[in-house]
Amino acid sequence: MSIQLTVNGVSRELDVDPDMPLLWAIRDHLELPGTKFGCGMALCGACTVHIDGAPTRSCITPVSAVAGKSVTTIEGLATAAAKAVQEAWVALDVPQCGYCQSGQIMSASALLASNPQPSDADIDAAMAGNICRCATYVRIRSAIHQAAGALAAPQSKGT
Amino acid sequence: MYLRYREDGDAGRATGLTRRQFLELTTLAGTGLTLGVVLPGCSPAGTGTGTAAAAGPSAPLEMPFVRIAPDNTVTVISKHLEAGQGVWTGLPAIVAEELDASWEQMRVESAPAKVPLYQNMAFVPLGVHAQFTGGSTAVANSWQQLRQAGATARAMLVAAAARQWKVPPAEVTVSEGVVAHAASGHKASFGELAGGAALQPVPAQVKLKDPASFRIIGREHLPRLDAKAKSSGTQQYAIDVRLPGMRTAVVLRPPRFGGKVKSFEAARARAVPGVVDVVEIPRGVAVVARDMYAAQKGRAALEVSWDESAAEKRGTTQLMKEYRELARGKQALVAAQAGDADKALAHAVHRVEGEFEFPYLAHATMEPLTAVCSASADKCEIWAGCQMQTLDQATAATILGLKPEQVTIHTLAAGGTFGRRATPDSDFVSEVTSIVKATGAKYPVRLVWTREDDITGGRYRPLNYHRIEAGIDKDGKVAWRQRLVGQSIIAGTPFEPVMMKNGLDPTAFGGNAAEEYDLDHTHVSWTRAKVGVPVLWWRSVENTHTAYSKEVMMDELARAAGEDPVAFRLAHLGKHPRHVAALKLAAEKAGWGQPFAKQGGRGRGIAVHESFGTVVAQVAEVTVKGDHLTVDRVVCAVDCGIAVTPDVVRAQMQSAIGFGLSAALSGRITLTDGHVDQTNFHQYTVLRLPDMPRTIEVYIVPSTNAPSGVGEPGTPPIAPAVANAVRDAVGVKLHTLPFDLAAARRAHG
Ligand code: FES
Ligand code: FES
Repeated sequence: MSIQLTVNGVSRELDVDPDMPLLWAIRDHLELPGTKFGCGMALCGACTVHIDGAPTRSCITPVSAVAGKSVTTIEGLATAAAKAVQEAWVALDVPQCGYCQSGQIMSASALLASNPQPSDADIDAAMAGNICRCATYVRIRSAIHQAAGALAAPQSKGT
Repeated sequence: MYLRYREDGDAGRATGLTRRQFLELTTLAGTGLTLGVVLPGCSPAGTGTGTAAAAGPSAPLEMPFVRIAPDNTVTVISKHLEAGQGVWTGLPAIVAEELDASWEQMRVESAPAKVPLYQNMAFVPLGVHAQFTGGSTAVANSWQQLRQAGATARAMLVAAAARQWKVPPAEVTVSEGVVAHAASGHKASFGELAGGAALQPVPAQVKLKDPASFRIIGREHLPRLDAKAKSSGTQQYAIDVRLPGMRTAVVLRPPRFGGKVKSFEAARARAVPGVVDVVEIPRGVAVVARDMYAAQKGRAALEVSWDESAAEKRGTTQLMKEYRELARGKQALVAAQAGDADKALAHAVHRVEGEFEFPYLAHATMEPLTAVCSASADKCEIWAGCQMQTLDQATAATILGLKPEQVTIHTLAAGGTFGRRATPDSDFVSEVTSIVKATGAKYPVRLVWTREDDITGGRYRPLNYHRIEAGIDKDGKVAWRQRLVGQSIIAGTPFEPVMMKNGLDPTAFGGNAAEEYDLDHTHVSWTRAKVGVPVLWWRSVENTHTAYSKEVMMDELARAAGEDPVAFRLAHLGKHPRHVAALKLAAEKAGWGQPFAKQGGRGRGIAVHESFGTVVAQVAEVTVKGDHLTVDRVVCAVDCGIAVTPDVVRAQMQSAIGFGLSAALSGRITLTDGHVDQTNFHQYTVLRLPDMPRTIEVYIVPSTNAPSGVGEPGTPPIAPAVANAVRDAVGVKLHTLPFDLAAARRAHG
């Protein structure tokens, strides 16, 4: 059965088992390896993608559930929030092994898209689902605040 | 393989490896390692000069550890695995310093597997010639080697410039990647000079910089070379490798450790669309498929009957009961002894006792174990986050009937290791090679462990039991008697014959109080438990438990004597000036001498510990509400010699604190009747962002000593510092890990 979806702005056709998790469809069939496998049970956040803008665990999302929808992976991140997040990540040297960071960045950019000035409690709530075994959490918190600051800056200048 | 490495040769004393013993080891492992002396870092691969054949104006300068390309990039060849600990930044920093490069032109790539060229120098004094990353030795063992490599390349650039400009080499300067001659006004980039430099003879001797003039080493923030790739999803890990025709495999392993395949029925698995092969390998049955989804579906449909006659069938409750018995028994081997501990304890004016229990712990690296293998009749290539390249290469060669040099290892960035990828029997590399062999090398194979495979797969930090009796006599002298019971990590591996002396495994009891404090009367003994659960080094190895019982009991002694925990420790650290400095720095920065508001269940505690040649002291501030514990602030002081990349040191301390805290708060693998009870992160819970301390402050003790490691030494002190803070806050003694305040209140009243 062929499933049509939009990935990173491009229309794609997938001829796979409709029950296949989106994660493996993205990695093994669309050859986009930036989205990572960590647990397969929605417990670690490594596989986070945006589906119509909402952060979603692709490891438990059957590919049939995203037919006709728009999927964004780390490779296709392009929003202002995402750019600010990635810049802050590099500026503060957040990554260590780096393996969890695609998922962290997908969660953080979705947070900032919906809540441009998150409090510490907002960050805790939005990021609790993303495990980092290197425990880069202190820098993740700082980087989200820094990205929020960068996003706010041009607006405050403009008004 | 984890040892306490110092440049003065302490390593030899710690492990007791002799050259002859290592020769036995290499024979056992079938590695065919070569013994030989290389002038570290100086001579380009294979030739006496630069790569003369390819040299010329647009050729690179190609050396074993450095490549300077015509495009003006300087690539450092890393013999060490980057698993997050920052070697891809630390090693280039050492080269860049001596080379006077600009940081922006630095690049890094993994070295091929090759000894003696890329051996870990920390082991050379022991006669060990193996390439591997571990024991927090990467920067320490590369320090002299890479400084020489950088200085040698610099000298060759200078010689090329002098020749080209017809000026004396002594008048040529190098700064920020630019070679210049002031008087004549000549200037050139490294890239422009690389081809000419490759034609210069390699200088026999080079002068290294005076550390006082370092400008890259020690720079407060040197951006990580891998930060961009790791913030954009473009860093490649083994799980991301794609080769033409590659298949994906998962393995069904025995449900109990020590089990074996009796027979299997593959028809239903083969019927799953996408499954291409089902083969038996020494460690289980592999299902090979077009993609991961089909491989997993195929595995779920596989029917295997297991021979469990030799399987471990005990559970952890039973094992801990046996350990308590063993601690009372007569099989203990003496690990350390001084004075007369029994007599001193009998006359002690203050006495404390404690029983400590430590669970099995999984490493749970974020990237589950993965390796890719492609082979033909006369060669084999492996892509993996290899931590012991020499052994992985030898293992693959043995399985395929090849010579080690016919096996190429592509070491990729690893999504964490914490020791898990350093398996003496190369577990996941051997599995993927076995699958390639069993399928006739028809296609390249990518082996992926699922999280369930990982959590239930063994190779845990060993279960441990300690019993300690300690006392102080009327003159303030301390007596210490400690019995430890646990499995040996190195017994049964190729390392046993060389690392175990008189039946003692130093990775089971090192870092105990007899080593770390000046105590007059000590008796430390270890009883080896024989259990079929495979165990392995886990970020800081034995120090994960020995530091805990030591630092908690030192606090209890201080409390019994009515002394301040810092002052009490200082009084017993006269022969440990680096412990003193770290302890004082952490205490001062935490405001230890000042009043601390304890209202609302707050408390603070301290701990200090040396491991892998680095001393770390930490102060933890906690809030306890009911049975819930929050760690609010951690102040950390670290003496790691010269801090090559201070921000990486800080990052490693933050990371190690989070890793140790994760274990202390909830890390636990248990077994029931030989079956592992946890399967994934819902049961093997790990630290998440909300539980990370809001504040972690890291202070580096200024030092002119050669660098020591930072990957592991931040882990040991955090759990005891937090336990001591909880005791301070609410008086609860925490002797069993992970922490369970309700159970501790019941157990200790
Ligand atoms: S892989 Fe999807 S949440 Fe872990
Ligand atoms: S950076 Fe290693 S798991 Fe997050």
